[in-house]
Amino acid sequence: MVEGDPDVKPIVGLEIHVELHTATKMFCRCPNRFGDPPNSNVCPVCLGMPGVLPVMNRKALELGIKVGLALNCSAGGFSKWDRKGYYYPDLPKNYQISQYDLPICRDGWIEVPLDDGAVKKVRIRRAHLEEDAGKNIHDHADHTGVDLNRAGVPLLEIVSEPDINSSHEAGAYARAMQRLVRWLGASQANMQMGHIRFEPNINLHIASAGKTYKTPIVEVKNLNSFKALEAAVAFEIGRQTEEWRADPEGFSLEKLSKQNRGWDDVRMATVFQREKEEAHDYRYFPEPDLAPVEVGETWLESIRSQVGELPLQRRERYIKEYGLAFKDADALTQDGPTGDLLDGAVKAGADPKRSVNLLLGRGAAIANERGCQIAEIGLAVEQLAELAKMLADQEINATAAAKVFDLMIAGRQNPRQIAMKQGLLAVTDAGQIEKWVDQAIADNPSAVQDVRQGGKKQKKAFGFLMGQVMQKSRGAAAARQVQDLLEKKLGGGQQ
Amino acid sequence: MSGITNLTACETASAIAAGKLSAVDVAKAYLAAIERLEPAICAYNEVFADRAMDQARQIDAAISRGESVGPLAGVPVALKDNICTDFGRTTCSSKILANFHSPYSACVAEKLLAAGAVILGKTNLDEFAMGSSTENSATRTTRNPWDTSRVPGGSSGGSAAAVSAGLAAAAMGSDTGGSIRQPAGLCGVVGLKPTYGRVSRYGLVAYGSSLDQIGPITRDAADCALLLRAIAGHDSRDSTSLPADVPDYLAELETPLKNLRIGLPKEFFGQALDSEIRSAIDKAVGTYKSLGATAVEVSLPHSRIDVGPGGQLSSYAVACYYIVATAEASSNLARYDGAHYGHRTAGPVKDIIDMYSKSRAEGFGDEVKRRIMLGTYVLSSGYYDAYYLKAMKVRRLIKNDFDEAFKSCDALICPTSPTTAFKLGEKTADPIQMYLADIYTISLNLAGLPGVSIPAGLSASGLPIGMQLVGPVLSEGTLLRAARMFEKTSGTCNLMAKMVQS
Ligand SMILES: [Zn+2]
Repeated sequence: MVEGDPDVKPIVGLEIHVELHTATKMFCRCPNRFGDPPNSNVCPVCLGMPGVLPVMNRKALELGIKVGLALNCSAGGFSKWDRKGYYYPDLPKNYQISQYDLPICRDGWIEVPLDDGAVKKVRIRRAHLEEDAGKNIHDHADHTGVDLNRAGVPLLEIVSEPDINSSHEAGAYARAMQRLVRWLGASQANMQMGHIRFEPNINLHIASAGKTYKTPIVEVKNLNSFKALEAAVAFEIGRQTEEWRADPEGFSLEKLSKQNRGWDDVRMATVFQREKEEAHDYRYFPEPDLAPVEVGETWLESIRSQVGELPLQRRERYIKEYGLAFKDADALTQDGPTGDLLDGAVKAGADPKRSVNLLLGRGAAIANERGCQIAEIGLAVEQLAELAKMLADQEINATAAAKVFDLMIAGRQNPRQIAMKQGLLAVTDAGQIEKWVDQAIADNPSAVQDVRQGGKKQKKAFGFLMGQVMQKSRGAAAARQVQDLLEKKLGGGQQ
Repeated sequence: MSGITNLTACETASAIAAGKLSAVDVAKAYLAAIERLEPAICAYNEVFADRAMDQARQIDAAISRGESVGPLAGVPVALKDNICTDFGRTTCSSKILANFHSPYSACVAEKLLAAGAVILGKTNLDEFAMGSSTENSATRTTRNPWDTSRVPGGSSGGSAAAVSAGLAAAAMGSDTGGSIRQPAGLCGVVGLKPTYGRVSRYGLVAYGSSLDQIGPITRDAADCALLLRAIAGHDSRDSTSLPADVPDYLAELETPLKNLRIGLPKEFFGQALDSEIRSAIDKAVGTYKSLGATAVEVSLPHSRIDVGPGGQLSSYAVACYYIVATAEASSNLARYDGAHYGHRTAGPVKDIIDMYSKSRAEGFGDEVKRRIMLGTYVLSSGYYDAYYLKAMKVRRLIKNDFDEAFKSCDALICPTSPTTAFKLGEKTADPIQMYLADIYTISLNLAGLPGVSIPAGLSASGLPIGMQLVGPVLSEGTLLRAARMFEKTSGTCNLMAKMVQS
């Protein structure tokens, strides 16, 4: 069975765990940093030593609320901390500090852009803060190691309503969420570093013979990539359809309990873990070591003021105001700061499209080489604006602009000064340009003949002559002027 | 040198500061007393003899150089062994932490050291502070210095016995349901449970987090004021510590309170109360009246003590406490699993769950296991509302009763415990009987209020009788002044057990 049977409606809700990008952990002052040697970012508090007490990281709380506000949730007000008890070696206290019945964010929604251009609204049930667990390291022969660097890192768990109806929608929802948390500076949301993890709840509503059958709910634990998420949802839709076909009355939500399954990346299949009935009783109760959190109006407003324009709103604006293509507008709204550069340059008087060409040309290429966002390559708004204006005024040509771009992000200098120093400013002196043009015509009689004769060789020959002139000027001649003059001297109208 | 150990902490501190005594002589005197009496009392889990002498020498050197020293310079203080120190062991008198060396020191330990106190050692307790006789210790049986066939009370029994026997000038205890006040009462010393949040819990091994408080156990009210001042105050590492200034409790201590209004909770003077204790308290109230105080009857209906047809006692407060405290304990003690530190089973194990189970089965004593099971049960899904949630409501009602009572009085007077020190082994077979030893102390922890137990005299058989003064939030200053008024008039301060005097 493949996804897409009109009688089979997948019902999917998604839990997303997002590690918040704070300097320190949720309840102690240890650095929140990935990739350090095992157990180097730890202290008595996050090691769960006897007698220690948690102290809430206000920054993490603010980031959580910021995400909630961007998800149109009611956020702030009164919320509290709870202990969730379960025994696992990567959880030093054998309980996790989390939020049970009073999460910081409730009842919101997100607009998810789909591949076909449609927008799907997915409701958010809640988002709550908690501390991450450490990691069990299974690379020893006779024992398991535990790395507690991650223990206590702030996590935001975002729980959707079951509004997602296909594997593609699940992927699109997850991508929209990744973009949003990055946008808000709430998380780096890097998959490889485990900053964002997915747990879909999946079942099917199957219409058959005038009746609706509901299959039992499966929760797939701990998916670490969009690919795994989409594949796991698609696999479950297929598996549950088959199971239902084999036993339409028995394989039902009413008769079978919820099941947890894991994802096998090699077999590309979900694997049974346990029935939810055998699951832990987490014995939640209010965390007595932490006071409830009261986020009043003033505090909430100061957080709200940091939310600003959201990615989809901005993308829409770029298409409308700057006349950008969807693809370019989308590329520029993957994070906040890149678009801020564009908006800054336009505000400083630069042409939007020339600015975009610079950002998505050399800017994207360098960012790609470095594996970072465009905004992180070291480009200043003033530099971008100035260079875009020089291009518009033909003070520099595209080739030279690329060189200037590379130099200016390295040295943080003014692009005009760089161009002058490097001799990259376009030569616009008509007399000088005419000299180069005349010389090129004199040196290349056969090309000149090809252009004048017209026909299929004409275009190539004209380009060759353009190139000759540019070569003589060492790339500095203003291209438009060269073209105009060549056209005039060779009879005009070609091209 | 035995005269030195009869001095109060205040007297010791001023003698050292004035150069009349050296810190080394004081330390030596206490170490000698420990050598002589500790085999009979068994108050200490560990004595830091060398470390104490080093500290004393440093203090003498600082004084001889004319440097200013802290208010506790040279005063030998013992710490209950559930207060973490980055020296020695912190065992909680449990097998599961028998060899545990804390990597850090509790806020209270840091403050005492900064004030110049000489840390003599770590004292015995009921395992993880769960008990009322110190008999639940996995390390040793501490005895009451007034009668070594009797218990010192608990859970801070080691600290109370040490102060009572002159084996420390003062000590730190912790109080979750009466664990400072009850042993202080049974050993004839002063024990104060501060307002919840007055003293940082950072580094106190948690039992019932919403109830636990560290407080001093001392020879008299003045020592209590001196020690409380040193340890109280806000600590950024404890989110439940109060951001309130710490008054100089000693400054006004000797000034008697004018027009003190004493409240007598009628529920605490019912038929459950031993007649000797009742008459001691009546007499004390008489003393207060003679000092110009007035007494009114007040009511704490939700702290009521009922006596069943067979004479068995029951109390909402005790029931409420054993839900809240055990729920928190079951979670707080989950970390002792053998995986990261503490006792791990040596036996073969099938898997990690088996390792957890065996390590905990071997490491915890019966009472701790009983409370973990009780707490796990009341938090289980399906039972939470019926037990934990209901207990939280009762807790609120208990607190409301106190708020109401303090509208008509400044402090309550009531017994510390229903009996004087009982015999070793007398109540170990029946946990409920043991739980009822805290019947007068437990409501304060639920309400977060301060209370101090002071000696009110001796019984006919020569055992100390404790009397409790209870006040509103942050009223420690008033309570200590009231305690001082009484002890100066009655002469019941700095009582020393006969065995010590001989
Ligand atoms: Zn830490």
